[in-house]
Amino acid sequence: MNQNTSIVEIRNLDYAVRKRPIFSGLDLDIVRGRVTAIMGPSGTGKTTLLRLITGQLTADGGSIHVAGEDMRTVRRADLYLLRRRMGMLFQNGALLTDLSVFENVAFPLREHTRLPERLIRDLVLTKLQAVGLRGAAEMMPAELSGGMTRRVALARAIVMDPQILIYDEPFVGLDPISKGVILRLIRRLNDALDLTSIVVSHDVQEISAVADTVYLLSGGKVVARGTPQELQSYPSEIVRQFIGGLADGPVPFHYPAPDYFSELLSRGEVH
Amino acid sequence: MAKSSALNLGTGAFVALGFAALAFLTTQTTSRGVHISSPPHYDVIAKFDNVGDLKVGAPVSMSGVEIGRVARIDLDTREYKAVVLLRLNAKYNQIPTDSDASIYTQGLLGGKFIGLTAGGADTYLKNKDHIDFTQSAFVLENLIGQVLANFTKSSGSSAAPATAPAEKSK
Amino acid sequence: MNPLKELWESLLESVAGLGAVTAFLMRLIMHTPRTLLRFDLIVRQIFNSGALSLVIIMLSGLFVGMVLGLQGFQLLERFGSEEALGTAAAIGLVKELGPVVTALLFAGRAGTALASELGLMRATDQLSAMEMMAVDPIQRVVVPRFIGGVIAMPLLAAIFSLIGIYGAQLVGVQIMGVDSGSFWSQMRAGVDLRDVNEGIVKSCIFGVACSLIAVYEGYYAVPTAEGVGRATTRTVVTSAVVVLFLDYLLTAAFL
Repeated sequence: MNQNTSIVEIRNLDYAVRKRPIFSGLDLDIVRGRVTAIMGPSGTGKTTLLRLITGQLTADGGSIHVAGEDMRTVRRADLYLLRRRMGMLFQNGALLTDLSVFENVAFPLREHTRLPERLIRDLVLTKLQAVGLRGAAEMMPAELSGGMTRRVALARAIVMDPQILIYDEPFVGLDPISKGVILRLIRRLNDALDLTSIVVSHDVQEISAVADTVYLLSGGKVVARGTPQELQSYPSEIVRQFIGGLADGPVPFHYPAPDYFSELLSRGEVH
Repeated sequence: MAKSSALNLGTGAFVALGFAALAFLTTQTTSRGVHISSPPHYDVIAKFDNVGDLKVGAPVSMSGVEIGRVARIDLDTREYKAVVLLRLNAKYNQIPTDSDASIYTQGLLGGKFIGLTAGGADTYLKNKDHIDFTQSAFVLENLIGQVLANFTKSSGSSAAPATAPAEKSK
Repeated sequence: MNPLKELWESLLESVAGLGAVTAFLMRLIMHTPRTLLRFDLIVRQIFNSGALSLVIIMLSGLFVGMVLGLQGFQLLERFGSEEALGTAAAIGLVKELGPVVTALLFAGRAGTALASELGLMRATDQLSAMEMMAVDPIQRVVVPRFIGGVIAMPLLAAIFSLIGIYGAQLVGVQIMGVDSGSFWSQMRAGVDLRDVNEGIVKSCIFGVACSLIAVYEGYYAVPTAEGVGRATTRTVVTSAVVVLFLDYLLTAAFL
């Protein structure tokens, strides 16, 4: 298999929400078999990008190709087939609250395959074992902690042996131990199952530990691309601000406002 | 799984209850419904000049006791009379053949019903017999017409004697 | 802003909303045949919408019937026609109170449950997750709830009317002394099968309306806590207005 083929190709992407442009002329490649991270300040549209990749949203201009399919012209039936080769981990897990952990992981199998019950059971338990939660199979989602919920969602995402695995902000709200667990899983699963992983996050430390390639988005464009080490010394102000966690820089501290002095004065006059 | 069979049981019970309610409403509250207990009966025919607003299903009673129901109301196009089929409970089989049937009103504004008054014959009504003596329904407009007619008649006759004594005295 | 302009814009919004709801209904109907294959999902929803509403429906039916018995008796007593209580109660319940009150109670109990369930699933990304797993959420989650409501409603209305008639009988015969035989025989004479059918048709149509509004509001709820709350409130309000409006249309149509 060609080592450097892109499984997701984005060229010249345009997307706007209610006249406000989110992306203009975005170029991005997700290479097969690698862990690619997409980072950026809040509000740059990282989740929107994921939705464009999964076909939940349609681009206004440019092209998105996922595993050979043109996402702008793909038909509904083909889109559903494509989605079965993708797994997605949502920010809050998105487990179905009326089903047990076991049933949640079994859900895609029950909906898409006619496998016998014994085989389903084996598959589900195997995936739960991979994320370390085989013992929690009979619990209900309401009884799980945040980290456990996400791990169950991960087991569900890999139960159909997808080619692409997408993580939407997987580290948000987790304690250091749980973060470590997720990190380990991302790397292990990617290598063991020969996946392509896309991780959207803004946790610089965590990403540096696990990603092969990092894209930094800002203002609807790619402002940096490279390995985590390359990004540490990237010659760009905004990359510096983001990586270094600086409060002020190209992304300003102050929300746009009229001149401070004159606003204070004018208030004195009204009074 | 135990959980789903309890669910099925609950749903099934609910649906059964719902349909039972529907069945009750459609059969037990209407006159055209099927009555679960249909006692043995025999039919008797009575002809009326005017049945008023007598309805199918109205009770037929004798001495105030309900002995049957009105089963059908038709029009006899030769005699221009209403033909009413009375379905009587078989256990009341000693009604004399010269009894009469009248149409009464329940309460002041109630529905019409048929009341039978016993005659004196020795033979009793059987299936498909006719009741010969009938009294039509009380129609308000006719009564008013009658009252007015009586009133004008009496005022006309009081006029006549007034003139006679006048003549006598002359 | 100019109040007239506001009125016009809200009118346009309502019309657009009506179009959206109708389109949604078409979508649901088109997905129904395939969903019927998953009968277990529908059974569960009939349980949720119907069986779980039984208590409130039966209690309300009983009290409404008893009040009907009291009021009806008082009114008819003035004309000496107390025996017609059976007819009055039966017709009132079967044609009007049964379908309408049941629909309003349904909207409050089952409708809000449907709307908030779907709204919460929307807010916690469960619906998106299903789409991502290539499972059509409309087919798996929405249509069963819609069908469950449509089936449950006429059954609930029948139960309401039944218990109501019993309640009227309880007051009229047991307490106020109307003759039991007259109560039932007058009812049988005065109520036609057509009346009962009208009531059934009404409750079926109300069932479609209330279930549709509930699943629509839930599915398109804004995915926040506030949004779900608003969707729930709108379900009850819209259902109530629509049911009462449809009631007038249907009553006039049947006349």
